Amino acid sequence: MGTPHSSEYAIEMLHITKRFPGIIANDDITLQLRHGEIHALLGENGAGKSTLMSVLFGLYQAEEGTIKKDGKEVQINSPNDANELGIGMVHQHFKLVECFTVLDNIIMGVEPVGTMGFLQKKQAREKVIALSEKYGLQVDPDAKIEDITVGMQQRTEILKMLYRDNEILIFDEPTAVLTPQEIEELMQIMRNLVAEGKSILFISHKLAEIMAVADRCTVLRKGKYIGTVETKDTTMEELSAMMVGRNVNFHVEKKPATPGEVVLEVQHMTVASKVHNNNAVKDVSFKVRRGEIVCIAGIDGNGQSELVYGLTGLEPLAGGSILMDGKDITKASIRKRSVSGMSHIPEDRHKHGLVLDYSLEYNMILQTYFESKFTNRIGFLRRKNIREFSDRLIDQFDVRSGQGSITPARAMSGGNQQKAIIAREIDKQPEVLVAVQPTRGLDVGAIEYIHKQLVAQRDAGKAVLLISLELDEVMDVPDRILVMYEGEIVGELDPQKTTQEELGLYMAGAKRDEVKDE
Amino acid sequence: MRKVMKNAAVQAFLASILCILLGLLIGYIVLLFINPKGAWESILNIIKNFFTWSRPSSQIKQLGNTMAKTMPLILCSLSILFAYKVGLFNIGAAGQYVAGSCACLYAALAWGWGWLPCMLFAVITAALLGAVSGFLKAYCNVNEVISGIMLNWISLYTANTILANVKETASPYTLYLNKENPGSMLPTAGLDGLFNGNTNVTIAVPIAIITAIVIWFILSKTKLGYELKATGNNKNAAKYAGMAQNRNIILTLVISGALAGLGASLLYQTGYMRWECTQSSVPSMGFNGIAAAFLGGLHPIGAIFSSFFIQHITDGGQYVNTNFYSSQISDVISSVIIYLCGFVLFIKLTMNKLITKSEEKKGAKQ
Repeated sequence: MGTPHSSEYAIEMLHITKRFPGIIANDDITLQLRHGEIHALLGENGAGKSTLMSVLFGLYQAEEGTIKKDGKEVQINSPNDANELGIGMVHQHFKLVECFTVLDNIIMGVEPVGTMGFLQKKQAREKVIALSEKYGLQVDPDAKIEDITVGMQQRTEILKMLYRDNEILIFDEPTAVLTPQEIEELMQIMRNLVAEGKSILFISHKLAEIMAVADRCTVLRKGKYIGTVETKDTTMEELSAMMVGRNVNFHVEKKPATPGEVVLEVQHMTVASKVHNNNAVKDVSFKVRRGEIVCIAGIDGNGQSELVYGLTGLEPLAGGSILMDGKDITKASIRKRSVSGMSHIPEDRHKHGLVLDYSLEYNMILQTYFESKFTNRIGFLRRKNIREFSDRLIDQFDVRSGQGSITPARAMSGGNQQKAIIAREIDKQPEVLVAVQPTRGLDVGAIEYIHKQLVAQRDAGKAVLLISLELDEVMDVPDRILVMYEGEIVGELDPQKTTQEELGLYMAGAKRDEVKDE
Repeated sequence: MRKVMKNAAVQAFLASILCILLGLLIGYIVLLFINPKGAWESILNIIKNFFTWSRPSSQIKQLGNTMAKTMPLILCSLSILFAYKVGLFNIGAAGQYVAGSCACLYAALAWGWGWLPCMLFAVITAALLGAVSGFLKAYCNVNEVISGIMLNWISLYTANTILANVKETASPYTLYLNKENPGSMLPTAGLDGLFNGNTNVTIAVPIAIITAIVIWFILSKTKLGYELKATGNNKNAAKYAGMAQNRNIILTLVISGALAGLGASLLYQTGYMRWECTQSSVPSMGFNGIAAAFLGGLHPIGAIFSSFFIQHITDGGQYVNTNFYSSQISDVISSVIIYLCGFVLFIKLTMNKLITKSEEKKGAKQ
């Protein structure tokens, strides 16, 4: 590490509080990064990790608290300030220009320019090659980004930070898109970096990786600071308990399930990824029966979205088959699946679920507009029927909006938008209800309401497939839990018998069973 | 007041009026720069168009000419706005218009067809050209703007080549319809009587207006319109709802092309204009359709009025005083005005921003 430092810590974030309307994203959080250490930041989705890092990077300003670099208080008002202080970040989604070469990407923004305004790439190339040798970062400076692997793209991002002489390196979920081999290489690179005196903040929710590479770990939960521990003195179980907490917010009232015959059967489903070259869903098989809620649990980005795309027909399968009511629907169109009894509450209500510029009533018929009750034989919409239908759903599902049926969907609150989608999908009387993060971003009242609706569907003899990232929801709502990790189902749990700690271990990839396909 | 200002229809109307005034102002400034002497008179003449003539009988006859050229413009702007509602920018309307012109003129002059078959032939040919852009967009992910521009040139030179077979030997213009095949000309159905015997005014007028109403109905009241607008507003949601995206893209460009083709037929089959087989630029009708569509607030009924206005200004350009200005200046001025008509959306956006700001200020005070 060579030069002595004036302070024990490279960066200190002391008592940071950041509020957003209606929510405290960071509540009195303290994070101290020592010189030359790998410090993990652990927490669930929505725990406040991203907000904290955005504060450090100058994207947000905290209302309370101070940031110190080498013991001196600093103001970080923009990412440029952060850069000048030597703070660099590898984002989860790389910020690279696809059709540029590795070298061009690295020097972008700090291009060495000669007297006449010409680029001086020779020096830059030498510096990049020297850096890549020093830290063991293998890249081909002249390869185009679009032609190289995800692992190499990530090394390009790391070189970008090193080229700018950054001392404090933030890695935001760096392993999410990597293969196991690439993860192993990345960890070695991180060890090399700290050996050369860099300090690393490593944001993750994968416990095994934290235990393998980090020196210390700070845990956040629901915006609050839980604690900082030395990884050598702790266990994965302890970290998992810190991450998820023990207290459950509220409980869903429901009778024991009485599963009937199989309605949905997925066999060896494989779905290609759009982000990286690996398959996002790998050889997944499961069954959902009438009268049960099955939940696919897992940390975001482990293939759940792609699983749903494959199931509902938004993306083609790369392999495997899907049976609904015993009929093969693997190649059926989205419309075919919908009319033969599959309802889909989509993950992103703005992207898929609604046409925001349409009125509420037009959104209510988004899946059924072509049916004879809404369209007459020569193709005119039956506006009276549409209005009646919409008014009934609004009444029945208590969808609140300024002007009722004619309210533009855009003008409605998130909770009521979601209620409208749920009303539409449930009213279709589906055989299978696929609900993807149905409570995301909603307040407690709306969450409770939606959970009740899911249970009511189950009790009405429907098969419900719930995809959720929220541990409380995963523990409370379903009758069976399937845990998904890196595109595979790694465990089947009974929510009555399991604990959040055990679930956390499966979700973080620390534990796995061979799931038998009955 | 604020409530009225927030009404979408009021906003669209105000924005269009503002655009027109801004366009006239800049046109006037351009004239001032070139020669301040005749500027005021010339800009007045542009606005007056047919009123420049002193006798009412001449005025009404000239109005008839403007009407004759307004009808194809209505169709072109319908073509643009229909595609635009579905999220497609059919700049290929200009080329589809050319294809339609070529089809109806050739059928009329070479094959001696009647007016209705000629018109249908123009519609079908232009629709097919639209389908080409549609297929490329749907199955090869080729941007419809790129393929549209390419096809514009392809259709222009194809039309020049084909129509050279039916042109006058001594001039680059196609033969006169009224001499070669009067049966191919659109019937006037007595409408010429209303315009002091101007036979350029034909059933094209009711056809264009009825088409605008039909398009309005399709977009606002039918299943097809529901699907197409959903696709235009949010193509992911349309996919989620199981709408056939590729089919809808092709269908949209087919309809859009058909409209442009009909527009061509409504101009050339009046006999008012003839095709010049040596022209080396795509006729501006299709492009003016873009301005007319936006100026009309992207509403089919609005398109009728905006098209008339734009044609009125364009024709008015010929009354610019040529003692002070070269004859091309009329094109420059009308182009400047048309160009600014495209700013409707921008002005609407600015208006909304200002309203929101003043509301925020009011809210902060409270």
